[in-house]
Amino acid sequence: MKHAQQPDILPGTVGEGLAQRGITRREFLQLCTTLTALLALPPSMASAMAEAISKARRQSVIWLSFQECTGCTESITRSHSPTLENLIFDLISLDYHHTLQAASAEAAEHARAAAMKDNNGKYLLIVDGSIPMGNPGFSTIAGISNHDMLMETAQGAAAIVAVGTCASYGGIPKADPNPTGAVSVGDIVKNKPIINVPGCPPIPVVMTGVLAHFLTFGGIPELDAQGRPKSFYGETIHDRCYRRPFYDQGKFAQSFDDEAARKGWCLFKLGCKGPVTYNACATTKWNDGTSFPVQSGHGCIGCSEANFWDAGPLYEALSMPVSVTPSMLGAAAVAGAAAGAAITWHNRSTKAAAKAAHKKVTVQDLTREEK
Amino acid sequence: MSHLDLLTFARGSALNWALMLFVAGIGLRLFEILGLGRKADLARPRTITPGSGWRTIAMRSLPAEGMLKRDPVTYIGGYVFHFGLLVTIFFFAPHIEFFRSITSLVWPGLPTALIDASVVAAIVALGVLLAHRLNNPVKRMLSGIGDYVAWGATLLPLLTGYLAYHHLLTEYTLMLALHLFSIELLLVLLPFTKLFHTFSLFISRWYNGDWFASKGVAS
Repeated sequence: MKHAQQPDILPGTVGEGLAQRGITRREFLQLCTTLTALLALPPSMASAMAEAISKARRQSVIWLSFQECTGCTESITRSHSPTLENLIFDLISLDYHHTLQAASAEAAEHARAAAMKDNNGKYLLIVDGSIPMGNPGFSTIAGISNHDMLMETAQGAAAIVAVGTCASYGGIPKADPNPTGAVSVGDIVKNKPIINVPGCPPIPVVMTGVLAHFLTFGGIPELDAQGRPKSFYGETIHDRCYRRPFYDQGKFAQSFDDEAARKGWCLFKLGCKGPVTYNACATTKWNDGTSFPVQSGHGCIGCSEANFWDAGPLYEALSMPVSVTPSMLGAAAVAGAAAGAAITWHNRSTKAAAKAAHKKVTVQDLTREEK
Repeated sequence: MSHLDLLTFARGSALNWALMLFVAGIGLRLFEILGLGRKADLARPRTITPGSGWRTIAMRSLPAEGMLKRDPVTYIGGYVFHFGLLVTIFFFAPHIEFFRSITSLVWPGLPTALIDASVVAAIVALGVLLAHRLNNPVKRMLSGIGDYVAWGATLLPLLTGYLAYHHLLTEYTLMLALHLFSIELLLVLLPFTKLFHTFSLFISRWYNGDWFASKGVAS
């Protein structure tokens, strides 16, 4: 990479870090242009964003991992590196991340305590994983329960980013019957701005975009009703899917990898949850824009939606009932028939009683009414 | 409760109960009607015309002569509405998946644009028929609250389905849940309102055809 010639580089800023790594102004502007587009900002904001990020001090970040599978960290750290996004990430001050950091136990906890003290009220707290409320012992770090560590660390945070569906909504640990009593960050932290970046895992560039927004504007982006940045979660997978025209034409794959599926026909009948899933997969895609699940032949499972795991079978169409069974309907038919038979019996009894009570009238019984 | 949770409820417990009440209600009403029975016809039939009942079921679905001139609004509106509703219910691919999951039967669907046109036609026809009902003194006098409830219960699934597909008024997931709730309302009301004609018309047409034939009136 070429070395940058930037006249206004301030020491200790992201700009200085970029210059040290040989990122040119042109390359950096390209990244910022991409980010402004992803964040649905006007193109003119690209240079403003570049300016703001260049001059920003390296943002102190504390990353807490609770009940999770490390998929979120894997997703973000292994995103088609090396890229500018990665470098931006490198250029934040990741002060605590017990999965990634070399230090462990007391030393690691010391790093967290030092970051909290030095950047009180300014650091960004990133959380992945849900928090078990059933028993503190279900998940601990250095002998500290997830709940206690979150509440302590959240106190001095400027904002919290809940990365992944587990941190955002409880995720798979919260799936029925939720054995650990898992809850999301937003369920227990009420006094801090929280940005939910759900997905199992979330798209790396979404994370980078949220961070860029925070560094540029010093605040959180516009969020939807579920606390997700609208710029990334504003549209459904279905609406932006390249298979969508086939849905409209009534052309569907009947089984995985059949000829229709390979032709790009819609995966709705195979259980795709794209119509009710808000995420950027269909536009930003994964692995440097290579593909996303629907493109590789598997329907969307709706992983960026709250309680997606309990939202019905993954491989049945969205229009299918979740749990109705033939025996259920059979029992209803029998009950209805029995009630109908009872009513019939009642009607016939009434009819028979009326017939029995009927008195025959003969001609002799009739008398002319005298005027 | 998120919109997806609401949709899951609509596809789950709510739909189970609605379908069970629908099936039980249909069973109850059919038993009730058929259980009333008829007095034995002791008269000798004037003509022997086997199959008159079945023929009448088919013939009465065709336009009657002179009706177009006598009441064009009811005539055209009725056909447009029923045709649009049937196409929408039975030929929209997601609906076919629903029927497949319950009956294991499957048939080809139609392109969404055609379904969309059918929905619009059915909604417009419903609107016109309501206006006609309100403006025509005879129809207005004959209409009771049950007729307007049946009209509303029929309109809602069409309207919410249209709004959901076009992402109007509210976001898709919520509107899809409302669409399902409106269908569930229709399912529960159908056996106990005039909407039961969906089933009873076949019984009454068969009976009329058969009875009239025995009186010497060919179907």
